[in-house]
Amino acid sequence: MSILINKDTKVITQGITGKTGQFHTKMGLEYANGKNCYVAGVNPKKPGEKFEGIPIFATVKEAKKETGANVSVIYVPPPFAAAAIDEAVEADLDLVICITEGIPVRDMIRTKAKMKGRKTLLLGPNCPGTITPGELKIGIMPGHIHRNGRIGIVSRSGTLTYEAVGQVTALGLGQSSAVGIGGDPVNGLKHIDVLKMFNDDPGTDAVIMIGEIGGSDEETAAEWVKKNMKKPVVGFIAGLTAPPGKRMGHAGAIISGGKGTAQEKLSVMEACGIKVTRNPAEMGKLLKSVLK
Amino acid sequence: MNIHEYQGKQIFRKYGVVTPRGEPALSADEAVAVAQKLGGSVWVVKAQIHAGGRGKGGGVKVAKSIDEVRTFAQKMLGMTLVTHQTGPQGRIVKRLLVEEGAQIAKEFYLAVVIDRVLQRAVMMASSEGGVNIEEVAEKTPQLIHKVAVDPFTGIKDVEAELLAHKIGIPSELVPQARELFKGVYRAFDECDCSLTEVNPLITTGDGRVVALDAKLNFDDNALFRHPEIVEMRDLDEEDPAEVEASKFDLNYIQLDGDIGCLVNGAGLAMATMDVIKLYGGSPANFLDVGGGATTEKVTEAFKIMLRNPKLKAILVNIFGGIMRCDVIAEGVVAAAKQVGLKVPLVVRLEGTNVDLGKKILADSGLPIISGNDMGDAAQKVVAAAKGK
Repeated sequence: MSILINKDTKVITQGITGKTGQFHTKMGLEYANGKNCYVAGVNPKKPGEKFEGIPIFATVKEAKKETGANVSVIYVPPPFAAAAIDEAVEADLDLVICITEGIPVRDMIRTKAKMKGRKTLLLGPNCPGTITPGELKIGIMPGHIHRNGRIGIVSRSGTLTYEAVGQVTALGLGQSSAVGIGGDPVNGLKHIDVLKMFNDDPGTDAVIMIGEIGGSDEETAAEWVKKNMKKPVVGFIAGLTAPPGKRMGHAGAIISGGKGTAQEKLSVMEACGIKVTRNPAEMGKLLKSVLK
Repeated sequence: MNIHEYQGKQIFRKYGVVTPRGEPALSADEAVAVAQKLGGSVWVVKAQIHAGGRGKGGGVKVAKSIDEVRTFAQKMLGMTLVTHQTGPQGRIVKRLLVEEGAQIAKEFYLAVVIDRVLQRAVMMASSEGGVNIEEVAEKTPQLIHKVAVDPFTGIKDVEAELLAHKIGIPSELVPQARELFKGVYRAFDECDCSLTEVNPLITTGDGRVVALDAKLNFDDNALFRHPEIVEMRDLDEEDPAEVEASKFDLNYIQLDGDIGCLVNGAGLAMATMDVIKLYGGSPANFLDVGGGATTEKVTEAFKIMLRNPKLKAILVNIFGGIMRCDVIAEGVVAAAKQVGLKVPLVVRLEGTNVDLGKKILADSGLPIISGNDMGDAAQKVVAAAKGK
């Protein structure tokens, strides 16, 4: 079992003709059941063409109608990426995964406002995507480090997700799904949303939750875990040594007005019953210690 | 990106936000010329640095004669201004703003920020102006009033008027405040700001509502559509190493320690700093080479780190996804050969093409210390920095 995507998911690549879109679509095709899952691409200027045997359509709506696709992944450049999300939402897809980094916040505020009342879920932007090991990989993560298993992983950071995955795999465990929610301040699914899904997934036994400085999403998720989570959750927060007022790479990773510090987040998580480590090299070990 | 107060006020005026009349000056002569042009009998000389709290540090002076304008300008230019936002080293004042004096009846606070919980821009205002707003938020949060703005309509007349009433703007001045609020929101929105702050906003003795200060920060991701704002960038106000890094699209932040870090991905870069600290070391920088780094970018990253005189060791921590380990390895080798490796180097590689990457490092003949995992690498680099 898994969350968000599985071997039966049908995927559209928006931005399939760009260099990044092509590379990662190819990697996705080659991973597990990818051949059956990547069914369409979108480029308004190149309908009728094909990439690696995948038909290209002018619009998401058309691609969905012709192929029955229910999920899209976006590799469109930042100035046009928010409009690409809007298009997927208007086509009523189940899920849109936006990999693109560097979308202006102003664009994302408008896109989020338009999404109100619609059925489509958004993962990202500025995220690595999501993978259900042994079934389907949508995004830019290296497939080979994953192993099919029963640990859920959710993180704001891409490479730190890989780090956690690698540690879990090295311990002989595996992942039900690994989800990167992205490093932007205005985005789609938050920690709390993904934790709810892992809680309901019979294929997940425990969760590693990885956060970073900035905002209060981790605190909100921790409060929810305290009241509702039936499975053990362990956590790590990046940025204990980050100076305030400096944007640490991610647009969302900034301590402002003394708020959003790693220490504050770790304290709330601990108070809510989440075991945390201050050592990112020991996320896997901590997880293993809470398994029954 | 940040700009100076005088530049922020120039933007405000374009959006109909009332500010005191004034112009920038780079010398005492220019300051005097501006004061003479403005006329009147009272002027304010304000140091222009990218930090708040200037008044307390002696960076804002009221001049009652042209001679005083000259004296204050001479004193301020070239002085090192230390405020609670500059850090102990302070900032050297290179630009001034000379303005007409204002008769302050009362001070207020106004700002537009991104609210991450609401996922919207929020206008916030307070009766407590001219002070540190973080203290107000902590001690008397009930004195801060907020409006979440609908991105498709902007702030509405009724919302702006209600906000003005709540913070105690006198009724007869509410229409003026409403227009000013709307202008400030439009400036925030149309210029892709990440923060717009007016502290203080004032009412004057002669019945006007005026933005006495202007702080505008911009969303770096949106600068591509604002070339006119990019032109306002003042490199003197930024860390030279960070400016150099930004030319190569590297995310670099200088810190106080002695262990250089080169990492891919912002989260892993922060975590690497954390683990170094955990094992008793101190990071010299945050450096995210990003997902699309080339050999050239890695070489430049090394050069920037090695310019730091405090540097005692370097840790390269790569978990290759899009970033291939062989590309990183080639960059490390090229950099070591080009600039010379003066300090111990610990490398930990994992992910895509890891075996090829390790082989390139091994074949290079360079004295590279290999880290098996993140914890091992951190312990090794901390030991190396301590000369063990």
